[in-house]
Amino acid sequence: MFSQIAIDEKGARASRRRVSTMVRRYAILVLGSAPRMLELAYWPLVQMLMWGFLQTHLAGSTSLFANAAGLLIGSVLLWDVLVRGQLGFSLSFLEELWSRNLGNILMSPLRPAEYVGSLMVISLIRLLIGVLPAIFLAYIFFGFNLFSLGLPIAAFFANLVFFAWAIGLTANGLVVRYGLGAESVVWLAIFSILPFSCVYYPLSTLPAWLQPISAALPSTHVFEGLRALMLDETFEPILMVKAFALNVIYFSGAYLIFRHFLKVARIKGTLMQLGE
Amino acid sequence: MATIMVKDLVKHYDNVVAVNGLNFSVESGSITALLGGNGAGKTTTIAMLLGLVLPTSGDVHIFGTDMIRNRYDVLHRMNFQSPYINIPMRLTVRQNLQTFANLYGVRDINTRIEELSREFRLSEFIERPAGQLSAGQKTRASLAKALINAPELLLLDEPTASLDPDTADWVRTKLEDYRRAHGATILLASHNMAEVERLADRVLMMNRGEVVEDGTPAALMNRYARSNLEDVFLDIVRGRRQGATPEAVA
Repeated sequence: MFSQIAIDEKGARASRRRVSTMVRRYAILVLGSAPRMLELAYWPLVQMLMWGFLQTHLAGSTSLFANAAGLLIGSVLLWDVLVRGQLGFSLSFLEELWSRNLGNILMSPLRPAEYVGSLMVISLIRLLIGVLPAIFLAYIFFGFNLFSLGLPIAAFFANLVFFAWAIGLTANGLVVRYGLGAESVVWLAIFSILPFSCVYYPLSTLPAWLQPISAALPSTHVFEGLRALMLDETFEPILMVKAFALNVIYFSGAYLIFRHFLKVARIKGTLMQLGE
Repeated sequence: MATIMVKDLVKHYDNVVAVNGLNFSVESGSITALLGGNGAGKTTTIAMLLGLVLPTSGDVHIFGTDMIRNRYDVLHRMNFQSPYINIPMRLTVRQNLQTFANLYGVRDINTRIEELSREFRLSEFIERPAGQLSAGQKTRASLAKALINAPELLLLDEPTASLDPDTADWVRTKLEDYRRAHGATILLASHNMAEVERLADRVLMMNRGEVVEDGTPAALMNRYARSNLEDVFLDIVRGRRQGATPEAVA
């Protein structure tokens, strides 16, 4: 009687189709709305301009900034990679809750790992929309070309994005478990690590007891690496290896936390009620 | 052959017993209604069938597959509709249908959407965001979503809640048509007695997490000497005996 409209397709091809479907679903929301695109680019631009002018001012009076033109701008641009990466990951997920669609997603053949994969891809898209205009205008306004730092910038970028996903995944897990009451975690989680990531100052500035905590964050090694590159003109691969190793641990932990909270939500029966 | 097999199904939420030892099976091609008042355990039962809620104990098999362990083997063969779960508001109806068609692995997506568009008269609003639809249009769109993969098993949770009588009647007709055309199995949770009387081949009456009656609508009315299911329902939730008059209980 059934005309086999839906296919029982398994394996990587079916996975790719489901991931790209979710990416397309989120991309329509972002790319189809000029205000949303503007919103993504707005804050990185404001930040870059503010820190850029401060850098210009300090360059006239401080030898450190005179010797490392663009250090503050580079730091703020990379910090925005972390912030936009996490928000891009988590906000796409919140879209499902705001529209009370999470139940539909979780009862479909889409696997949790595929769902996480689609959030990673859309986070990259949102990140590029948010940060590329700021990178471009940093060059126009202040003559700072982030890409002139060469290949190391790819390692910085990859490590920050990886860490952003780990934070985003943990925040999403908390929202799955505790509902939209935990939404503020999504917005605030990333800023809790700002003082310890040594974005604008070296690790040695922190009190000795705080330094091991800071060194346990992949972002700290990225910003230390950026300073080494811009101040001493040396790329320190060991910092990137440390950041990557930490990221593997954090991302694996975040995925386990997300799966655990998903299971708890299935036990508590809250998945059907999640939403506004 | 049974599409759904439920055995000793129990669900506790902390100290609250939502479902208490359910045992039932649903035959392929039938329309079965889970009937009961608020808090009877209907929605929890459906959520467990879908795998959205994990049972405290017991087994659920759909198409012979263990839904607690292997639900991804059969999810593409089933679907669900409820007025309490929306389709994404900012996507148009067409974009929504394309999204779910891809998730469910529908072969010829455009043809399927055109079929559903004709069937559910979606063409007047198919390019409109779902958030801008009226309640009736939203129901038509979410029913189209639920049928996008032509599911062999369709689960419905109060499919006509908050609809006007005309739209509700239209939805019931479409469900009957779908079952007739595809031989699909339909399980619907409802507390709309008229709807159940009209649609269901069989009624599982639930009260406090248990199936307290099981039979065709006619058999239940006969058993309780009532002319409609609403009176049967009231007899059951108020603890009246089969065949007893309300006056006798009072």
